[in-house]
Amino acid sequence: MADIILSEAEKIFIVHGIQDNFREDGRSCDDYRQMELETGLISNTSGSARLRLANTEILVGIKVELEEPKPEKPDTGRLEFFVDCSANATPEFEGRGGEDLATEIMNFLSHSYSSETVLDLKSLCLVPSKLCWVFYVDVLLLECGGNLFDAASIAVKAALFNTKIPNVSISQESEDTELNVSDDPYDVKRIDVSRTPCIITLSKIGHCHVVDASQKEEACCLARLMMAVTAEGNVTAMVKEGSGSLDPSSVSDMMQSGKKIGQELNYKLLEKLKEEEQKGLKRQTVGFLR
Amino acid sequence: MAGLELLSDQGFRIDGRRPHELRKIECRLGVFRQADGSAYIEQGNTKVLAAVYGPHEVRGRRGKALHDKVVINCQYSMATFSTGERKRRPRGDRKSQEMTMHLQQTFNAAILTTLYPRSQIDIFVEDLFETTSIVDFNHFEESFGGAEVIVATLPRSDQIIFLEMNGRLHEDHLTAVMDRAIAGCKDVYHIVDRVVREHVSERSAAIGSEINNG
Repeated sequence: MADIILSEAEKIFIVHGIQDNFREDGRSCDDYRQMELETGLISNTSGSARLRLANTEILVGIKVELEEPKPEKPDTGRLEFFVDCSANATPEFEGRGGEDLATEIMNFLSHSYSSETVLDLKSLCLVPSKLCWVFYVDVLLLECGGNLFDAASIAVKAALFNTKIPNVSISQESEDTELNVSDDPYDVKRIDVSRTPCIITLSKIGHCHVVDASQKEEACCLARLMMAVTAEGNVTAMVKEGSGSLDPSSVSDMMQSGKKIGQELNYKLLEKLKEEEQKGLKRQTVGFLR
Repeated sequence: MAGLELLSDQGFRIDGRRPHELRKIECRLGVFRQADGSAYIEQGNTKVLAAVYGPHEVRGRRGKALHDKVVINCQYSMATFSTGERKRRPRGDRKSQEMTMHLQQTFNAAILTTLYPRSQIDIFVEDLFETTSIVDFNHFEESFGGAEVIVATLPRSDQIIFLEMNGRLHEDHLTAVMDRAIAGCKDVYHIVDRVVREHVSERSAAIGSEINNG
């Protein structure tokens, strides 16, 4: 990861601040930084979102394609995640330099969406074992300002909310199935994202844990717990990361606050997405022009 | 000829532009805070983000360093969702490698490389939406075939620093096409120059007020 180097004194300053529930940018331990979110800004995708969380910038594009279902799950559609760490974020990511981090994010995202309760994948199947919708979720990391996993998951959820699948009518004539994919941009269906998870990363710094760690705080953190929390408070995936260790009681503490913050984050996110959608066509897309 | 023509009888292109007209360009500088320099440019539907790091010490293999000039290191990648059909890889395919080489060649000529010996400048370009060349075809026109000439110039001195032609073009037309391309370069230059000037005056005003207040 694109780490920054801190001196011992700088680390102590950050750790002491966190102990007093007052972080270097004035936040308390369970506050997020300001987010900037916009959906539907890339016109040749089925759904897209751009998220800026302080200095972390993420762009997600979703393309839906008709394909054959996997043989082990003949009656469901599927999600395929792909993460690319752009060299724009840091020169270390040039060539294959960002691949490790990208795979890590990709795997955790697919884990957190692997639960059957998250999305109604059955509704994405058109003809069992023949035809289903596949969502290609492409995450592009453009700038690293800490807390990449949370940011990626929020952007993915927003892009899924924005995704429009063309309606398909199927006519069965003896052996052949004939498909008619609607090309009317308003004749579309949406998917229900109310049960999709957001990833919450809790970083253990000193004796306390914080959410949404900045890059500097990440440099002080030895162990973190990442959990994918849905709006109902269910955890669909969890992983402990980092070189340090955690004792069981602090894990349960972290899970408690992760669940609470996760539920709130999901709720707020959906509220804002609906608010944006209500503006409808009057809304001007800003993109990177701000 | 059956099917579509690139130019209508009235001399308009498929999207209603005249032959020499560029699509609308919008540009912003300082998109990223961590890069040493960054810009975003939008031309019609083409959207590109660029970041520059350096000049800094040569990274990786030290042998790369040049004793008399700076190493220009470019990378062009396309977002996997940028094209009509989804791409499998953001870079490493022929088109991105070719673009990387074009960038490398252009900037080796454009930058005064002798000013920073033994160091390196990184130029990273991320294409977010279907790229087209600077002479500005739209995607349909590009895929339609026909000869294509790519030119990059230094607008102040009128020097050509990059030139490439694909396809077949009669010699007699070459001068006219080149003139048109150079005029196109100048048009783009004027737009970008204005944005740069605006950005600099805005930044310096901000710095000035910071000094006055603090």
